[in-house]
Amino acid sequence: MSAFALSPENAAKFQALLERYPEKSSLMLPSLWMVQYQEGWISPEAMQFLAKKLECSAMDVYSVASFYTMFNLKPVGKVHIQLCKTLSCMLRGSGAMQAHIENRLGIKPGQTTNDGKFTFSLVECLGSCGTAPCMSYNDDYVENLTIETLDTLIDKELSCK
Amino acid sequence: MQVKIVSKNFDIPLSHTLDVARANGRYQTLETLFSKSPDAIISEVEKSGLRGKGGGGALTGEKWRLIPSPSDKPTYLVVNADESEPGTFKDRQILEFDPHLLIEGIICSSYAIGAHHAYIYMRGEYVFWAKRVQEAIDEAYEAGILGTHVLGHDYALHVTLHRGGGAYICGEKTALLESLEGKRGHPRLKPKGKEPEWFFGCPTVVNNVETISSVPFIVREGFEAYRAYGTPESPGTMLFGISGHVEKPGVYELPYGTPMTKVIDELCGGILNGGKLKAVIPGGSSVHILRADEIENITLDYESVKAHGSSLGTGGMIVMDESVSIPHVMKNLFEFYHHESCGQCTPCREGTGWVDAILGKILDGKGTKKDLETILDVCDMLNGKTICVFAPSVAFIAQSYLKKFKEEFEALLK
Ligand SMILES: Cc1cc2nc3c(=O)[nH]c(=O)nc-3n(C[C@H](O)[C@H](O)[C@H](O)COP(=O)(O)O)c2cc1C
Ligand code: SF4
Ligand code: FES
Repeated sequence: MSAFALSPENAAKFQALLERYPEKSSLMLPSLWMVQYQEGWISPEAMQFLAKKLECSAMDVYSVASFYTMFNLKPVGKVHIQLCKTLSCMLRGSGAMQAHIENRLGIKPGQTTNDGKFTFSLVECLGSCGTAPCMSYNDDYVENLTIETLDTLIDKELSCK
Repeated sequence: MQVKIVSKNFDIPLSHTLDVARANGRYQTLETLFSKSPDAIISEVEKSGLRGKGGGGALTGEKWRLIPSPSDKPTYLVVNADESEPGTFKDRQILEFDPHLLIEGIICSSYAIGAHHAYIYMRGEYVFWAKRVQEAIDEAYEAGILGTHVLGHDYALHVTLHRGGGAYICGEKTALLESLEGKRGHPRLKPKGKEPEWFFGCPTVVNNVETISSVPFIVREGFEAYRAYGTPESPGTMLFGISGHVEKPGVYELPYGTPMTKVIDELCGGILNGGKLKAVIPGGSSVHILRADEIENITLDYESVKAHGSSLGTGGMIVMDESVSIPHVMKNLFEFYHHESCGQCTPCREGTGWVDAILGKILDGKGTKKDLETILDVCDMLNGKTICVFAPSVAFIAQSYLKKFKEEFEALLK
């Protein structure tokens, strides 16, 4: 019934990780990460699959996955822009960055553009306060963020077919 | 002013690679380490007075002594690399520029407490840094520095990197351990007496990245060499991160006891664009804010900052110039705390949201004097019985904003 399965590579990784923890349940976050990298998000089918693997209920998997902000419980755009809104970034102009992103993409925090290219989120301190303002652009941090950098990144993505 | 113990190799090109790290002293401590007993290592760390750099400043040696020796169960070391306290960005410098120093520290510390497996719990957002550290771990295994015989010695050690999923509260050590066990990051109830932490029921030490990275120096050079820096009660050095309105924000390693104004004016090049200082939050967002007139005589050590009404915390200093509206700052932080409350305790889950909402109303010009009183009432409630110190510390900082910048709040009332 469940249409989801870990890729052979991830299945092997899962097996190897079993040896590194005293109990299987510790594989919860590592497995959620594997699923998210594989699929871009964590579907109900994937949660059922993980529940079997980890010998717990799908509700347990959901309960954990929904606790952590980084796990996407619905699909996100090809590029996920996550702008830090916390104090040090606010002091160094994250507000202007937010306005520019909203303006360029025509979306508000939490939304995805119609073409599915961008999802925009506001997040809390990224641990990059000395190089504020900061955002993450998929897996990469962009520090000392400026309007020009934003334009370059957005234009580059928009020009991709 | 700067002293480079932990940051010694940061500026060397390719300092994160094993060859360069080794050529610059990494892993040279291990001969000394294995020539001594674990007990002797703990004594050395005790005598050094090494204090935890994760925010609490607890004595590291004292904490290690809580691990039973011998222990009938496996023991574990867990390195706290969650670094999520707003204004704190120091551990990532070690992760980025000297991951082998961290691994060396993990070997020393694990040996001392009899652990054969250590975990590094790193915040999920640090993708680049996770890769960095994993590469260093892989290199160390390949070179026989980790594994069944650490550099040929009769001591086995494994190190596993574990990524979090994005939750501030997982920096709190018991929430971190719950998370590492595969659960929601809910802090545990505090035990009555002193005991170690528990990972799947086994005695465990949780230490911050920088604390662990300070250990090799102490093992190699001895406690007196460490005590040569800092003050008698706050010995050694700390990585201070300065952000906000200064010309040169960044991370600087300084001996405890360095005057705060000297750091801001000299190392950081003064206030941004020649502005005037208004306030400083000295140790990550969860400590009391200090007005410009309160910092003049402060030195950066636990005792001095405490005597001036705040805490050294994580050493993450957020500097604000006169253009800043304190009610906005407080609102920004309460959005953070409301978002990050783990939700287990009703006063914390609801109270942080109420304060956030009331501050929103005040900033909209719709607040009344009654609202300021309500905030203080909610603080009393936050200060009651909650599972962890998150709620009481949020209450304390709220009180400090309202007290120290009363006029600014009152000016916004209708
Ligand atoms: C709400 C909260 C958040 C915390 N976040 C962190 C953190 O991100 N990193 C950290 O090292 N310690 C953090 N701590 C402190 C840890 O609970 C723990 O005391 C510390 O990791 C112990 O290491 P140390 O003695 O080496 O500092 C936090 C504590 C609390 C109450
Ligand atoms: S005080 Fe807040 S953060 Fe701490 S356990 Fe209770 S709800 Fe969670
Ligand atoms: S406040 Fe934005 S990275 Fe810390």
